[in-house]
Amino acid sequence: MKRQVPLLITFFVGTLLIVSIFSPATENLGEEFSVFFDVIAVFAFFLGGGNLLRVHLTKISRKREDWVYSVVTLVGFIVMLWAGLFKIGNEGGIAASVTEESSLFGMVFYSVLIPLQSTMYSLLAFFIASASYRAFRAKNREATILLVAAFIILLGRTAFGTMLTSWMPPSLSLAEIPNLAIWIMNSPNLAGQRAIMIGIGLGVVSMSLRIILGVERTYLGDDGK
Amino acid sequence: MSTRIKEILVVALVLVFCAIIYIGKVSGWMKGVTFSPAVSMIVIILLAASLAVILVLTIRGRLVGRRTVFVYVGIAVALPLFMSISQYIPISPEVRTLHDGLEDLQDGSKVLVSFDYDPPSAPELQPMAESFFRYCMDRDFKIVIMGLWPQGPLQANQAMEKVLEDPKYAAKNYQYGVDWVNLGFQTGNEFVIQRMGTDFRSMFATDYSGANYETLPIVKNVKNFSNVDYVFNLSAGYPGTVEWVQVAVDRYGVKLGAGNTAVQAPQCYPYLRSGQLIGILGGMNGAAEFEKLTGHEAKGTKFMLSQSFSHMIVIAFIIIGNVAFFMGGRKKNLSV
Repeated sequence: MKRQVPLLITFFVGTLLIVSIFSPATENLGEEFSVFFDVIAVFAFFLGGGNLLRVHLTKISRKREDWVYSVVTLVGFIVMLWAGLFKIGNEGGIAASVTEESSLFGMVFYSVLIPLQSTMYSLLAFFIASASYRAFRAKNREATILLVAAFIILLGRTAFGTMLTSWMPPSLSLAEIPNLAIWIMNSPNLAGQRAIMIGIGLGVVSMSLRIILGVERTYLGDDGK
Repeated sequence: MSTRIKEILVVALVLVFCAIIYIGKVSGWMKGVTFSPAVSMIVIILLAASLAVILVLTIRGRLVGRRTVFVYVGIAVALPLFMSISQYIPISPEVRTLHDGLEDLQDGSKVLVSFDYDPPSAPELQPMAESFFRYCMDRDFKIVIMGLWPQGPLQANQAMEKVLEDPKYAAKNYQYGVDWVNLGFQTGNEFVIQRMGTDFRSMFATDYSGANYETLPIVKNVKNFSNVDYVFNLSAGYPGTVEWVQVAVDRYGVKLGAGNTAVQAPQCYPYLRSGQLIGILGGMNGAAEFEKLTGHEAKGTKFMLSQSFSHMIVIAFIIIGNVAFFMGGRKKNLSV
């Protein structure tokens, strides 16, 4: 019974929503049901917060490896929650927007979160360059094709790439590096992306059917046993 | 000197450099620091020459470490910001079609802009947002802002503040609630788009600052997508352009243009060719191209030089790495 009720709900809702797409009378049913998504999302916020507290408090109490970082996580979580809920430092008081620049929440967002996230992302430039230097090798035919394509795309986005083939006559303009880069994006890339999208689409259809029909039960937890 | 001390020294040096830049920026004297075209060319020649030296060293069997690569990337990103040379930016078809689609709109049209990104993607997407706002103000468009990402509406506010710092646009006297509005973030991903197709108010009962939807003149007659002339989506992932195409374009026939990070743009090309997307601005390059088309060369154009330099550095090191690979024999695993 513990398993059958959720399976029945899934089957009923899944079938109903598929049918609603094809029937004008129930066309807007999907929108009505999407309200449930918001309700579930609210519970997920609470569950997520509770889970974060539980995991990190356990880590701190047992002094597991790198437990100090858990302290930082919890302090950040609690301070932001406190600043946001009680709108600490807001000029307009509790009625003002939570993200006002003068508020503690706004200050932490603009002065801590934005620079930290930007810094983390910008480090990618260094690691991509280093990884390309160490690993991007023409080891075999496939790797060489990838290397040549990457070269053309990278060069096509620079002034040097434009300059390199700007002497070409108009009849050969297709062979100019920027145009080659556009061709790679519009033809081989497009074909690959479409193939991936169709593959994903078919996978989603098959997985959805498995879930609706109760064949796939892992979402129930404990591998659906 | 141990490696640890060397690392601490490098970090200290970088911190001092950053502090000088920050103080210079705050006090204003950094604005005047630019390299003349001649000095810029000398810097470029020196960089190229040092890379040639590294290539020769590699051929002789002396490989450089990853720290050297880091230093070169740092130089390639930082120095072009001071250079006074300009780069030729060709206009790609996808940016031109986006611009043409906007040109087709009448002055004073209503546009919805969805900010679906967060600070890490801001270097690529913020220049697009700013130049798009500038264009909208030039054409007296009414701008309705929203976000499917929690930090998106804050990015929108930053972009708007930046644009309004310009006296030309400040003089336009764009009124909040009348000429532009920020409806804020709403959770629910593609379901938000789906429900906006029926009723905007069901998703955004209040705006970003808590004002009731009904009290905002700009959205008074906006019930759903049929009351909006154009949608522009700035996206760095999920939910983003793909979801806007699948729900807003396919179900409600919205005219959609998109600005994507360079990583995400290739995923959106199928929608461009099928006509579901009017145009795409892809990465920094897309931002620079749009700036060129709209006649406001700003951040995108300025940062393109840095991006070009870093691309050239990556290309140079890939060549050097492959030379090392071939010199060491195809089967030998060279560690660099």
